[in-house]
Amino acid sequence: MAGIEIRNLRKHFGELHAVDGVDLSIRDGEFLVLLGSSGSGKTTLLRMIAGLEQPTSGEIAIGGERMDGDVPPRARGIAMVFQSYALYPHRTVFQNIAFPLEANRTPRAQITEKVRWAADLFGITRYLDRYPRQLSGGERQRVALCRAIVRDPHVFLLDEPLANLDAKLRNTARDDLKRLQRRIKTTTVYVTHDQVEAMGLGDRIVVMEHGRIRQVGTPREVYENPADTFVATFVGQPPMNLLNEGDTLIGFRPEHFLPRRVFGADADLRSFPFTVRRVEYLGSDRYVYGTVPAGGGASDVAVIAELPGNVAVEIPEGQTQEFAVPRRAVHVFDAETGVRRGK
Amino acid sequence: MSRRKARRIAKRVGLYAAAIGLVTFAGFPFYWMLITAFKQNRDLYVGASDTGHVPWIFNDPPTLEHVKLLFTQTEFPRWVLNTLLVVVVVVGITVVVAVPAGYSLARLAGQWGQRMGMGIFFTYLIPPTLLFVPFARLVSLLHLQDSLWSLILIYPTMTIPFCTWLVMGFLRSVPWDIEEQAMIDGYSRLAVILKVAPRLIVPGILTVVVFTFTLVLQEFVYALTFISSVDKMTVSLGVPIALVRGDVYHWGALMAAALFTSIPLAIVYNAFIDRFIQGFTVGAVKG
Amino acid sequence: MKRRALADRADVLGGVMLAPALIYVTLLVGVPFLLAILLSFSNATAGSLRFEFVGLRNYGAILRDPIFLRALRNTAVVAIGSQILVIALATAAAQVFRATFRGKRFFRFVLLLPWAVPVSLAAIAWTWIFDSTFSVINWTLKVSGLLHGWLYWLGDPTLALFAIIIVQTWRIFPFATVIVLAGMSSLPSEILEAAVVDGAGFWRRLLQIELPLLTPVFAVAVLFGVVYTATDLGVVYILTGGGPANTTHVLPTLAFQRGILGADLGQGAAIAVFLLPFLVVVAVAMLRLARQTEVGGARDESP
Repeated sequence: MAGIEIRNLRKHFGELHAVDGVDLSIRDGEFLVLLGSSGSGKTTLLRMIAGLEQPTSGEIAIGGERMDGDVPPRARGIAMVFQSYALYPHRTVFQNIAFPLEANRTPRAQITEKVRWAADLFGITRYLDRYPRQLSGGERQRVALCRAIVRDPHVFLLDEPLANLDAKLRNTARDDLKRLQRRIKTTTVYVTHDQVEAMGLGDRIVVMEHGRIRQVGTPREVYENPADTFVATFVGQPPMNLLNEGDTLIGFRPEHFLPRRVFGADADLRSFPFTVRRVEYLGSDRYVYGTVPAGGGASDVAVIAELPGNVAVEIPEGQTQEFAVPRRAVHVFDAETGVRRGK
Repeated sequence: MSRRKARRIAKRVGLYAAAIGLVTFAGFPFYWMLITAFKQNRDLYVGASDTGHVPWIFNDPPTLEHVKLLFTQTEFPRWVLNTLLVVVVVVGITVVVAVPAGYSLARLAGQWGQRMGMGIFFTYLIPPTLLFVPFARLVSLLHLQDSLWSLILIYPTMTIPFCTWLVMGFLRSVPWDIEEQAMIDGYSRLAVILKVAPRLIVPGILTVVVFTFTLVLQEFVYALTFISSVDKMTVSLGVPIALVRGDVYHWGALMAAALFTSIPLAIVYNAFIDRFIQGFTVGAVKG
Repeated sequence: MKRRALADRADVLGGVMLAPALIYVTLLVGVPFLLAILLSFSNATAGSLRFEFVGLRNYGAILRDPIFLRALRNTAVVAIGSQILVIALATAAAQVFRATFRGKRFFRFVLLLPWAVPVSLAAIAWTWIFDSTFSVINWTLKVSGLLHGWLYWLGDPTLALFAIIIVQTWRIFPFATVIVLAGMSSLPSEILEAAVVDGAGFWRRLLQIELPLLTPVFAVAVLFGVVYTATDLGVVYILTGGGPANTTHVLPTLAFQRGILGADLGQGAAIAVFLLPFLVVVAVAMLRLARQTEVGGARDESP
């Protein structure tokens, strides 16, 4: 078990700064999610921790030990699960899982024991004699996890392992993964672009963009107190609404933007005349797309409201209604930098 | 220096050593060709048992006498002309025949097109050293013996199968879209083939031209079988066979000829190597 | 109305475009191929129009001929021996060329030269290199103290065969390198990285992961290599002419000597026919190997 210390880490590919000065402390045993869109640097950061990429500058320490650029992956006590699972197609499942142990020259008897233990843990014992091409996506993913776990690594590195599964499978896989990690308590760094996944899995989330960290925090912190407009609009679906107001941007989430009459008469609110363009009925919620007049003669701003199913107010399209947001749910950001100013 | 760093450096050194070793093995004959072509005879014809004399360097200043001999007193210029003639005609035939065939197999023939393509490719594997026996008969029947026309007739049997397969493979990596779009826009299939397709397969055609060119330049067996008069020879045949007076090889002139022929070929090969490989691997490895 | 339909019919157009190639190949490859086999059963000569079937007489004659048997053996030895060396060299060269280093362009250019050069010209150059009196190789070996006698390369049966193997290896390995390199770069990088993360060192990765996955690629390279080598006439003809005393003949050169120079087409054809089983066996074996490993998931992709 080990924590990871990252100090001022940079990775430049010529002109491109893939990772641009990252400081991060990952606690021993935590499940940390690196969240960002493609190009944010999250995968590059993961690969540098793994030792597959050499940093341009900066330090990485795993379990207190400095990992210089020339420390190979196998000496770092890490295991990695790739997005494509990277199973060896010419070896059986058993041989796939056994490979890291063979590379470590573990005695044969121990290998068999460990492979069976891991296969048991993930419920794939009956597949041990099959080849990867004979397995489904979910099964292959479990084999990849087995192969990772069998070395008793100090750190798990996972690169979007659920991305290639279909939606239904993803939910159960997420659940399995989290329960497993709770059980074996290995430090886990998990890369994804899916913010739902991040919120569901992470003890803490690291939101990245353009090679820099925008915010580190628990899912709650990141959602309720976004550090800047990027985090505010990246996390949360549908994204937070932003309106210009002088030199600030005010933001409020769609689920706090409700018809005025839903609130009590003496509630502390900010109101807006909301011209409804279109309503999407999604079963458990309704998404209402419309516009709100911007201050100072600028054109109307598109705004989304999310009404839970149990709010039975009629929302006719094409008409203007008064909608409101509780004042405490309004975030204020600096218009130029996007950084939060407080509420 | 950490152990890891030392291992890294050792790896690097090993890499360079291997690279140098391989390149030396591949390249020293050419260096030797180069030196021989320009060495004076008295520097050249020194017995190798004489360890005092270093054959790898110019001990006397280089000379152009061999080159002069090659171009003025041998049939080499004639052979170059012969070869060029054959190249041009065979390239023409091959492009006209193989490119439409490749297109047809890739685009128009569907399932069995692929199988037929493989079949055509396999005919390329039938060696000239089997076919030259019946060809000898055929050539004498047609009274084409000792004529460049025999080569012009026979060389396409090598180039057409391979180039058809090349074009087929190449086209499989070019998406349908533009042609489909043209057909949706109202062009008939024929119009698509005549107007739209050519632009798309220019690189494929180019590869065909280059491959045919190199194949004609390199071909030896058929030339040896069908051509006997020195003035009708191609470069590939004449140089090793006819640059000899009696029992004596003119090594200087010989190596000069080899060098002058190899260099343009090497340049061409180097420029087109990636295309060739695409053809080979896309076709072969993916079946 | 009819004209338009014709211009749209894929099968008609396809047929028309394919026809010249098909006709050419059938008439000038297919027919001669069958003719070659027929000729092997005849006593035809190049000069006259004589053609009578003589059954298996040609085959009987060559199978009793020690020169033929030796040529058969030589062909196998040269083809297999050279390909083993080629695979080893090509793998090494591919490893070298995968890395980036200065001067790589130049190295690649030189490495390609043996393949680019016409066979006959390369052969004549090597004849000069192996020359009994002036051989640079002998000089170099002698000067570095490795040679104490003298090597009469092309005059000694064993040495001459060895020389032929060297030249064939030299000729083919650049081509094989290029194929292996292409194969290596098509290996999914994540699989190799997984092996690195799993703790496999250089040799384990190479032998247990890379090479097995490259089997179809090697199969293709070996197939071409064997075909180019076993059916090659130029190198042997120019280097030794089959000598000394018919000891270094390979099937192509012997077929040429008997069938073309000796004008005995029947015998020439029979000798050349012996190349076929060679090629067919190799082709089938290699393609089966390639198919097997390919379907077996060398192209393992996400579900």
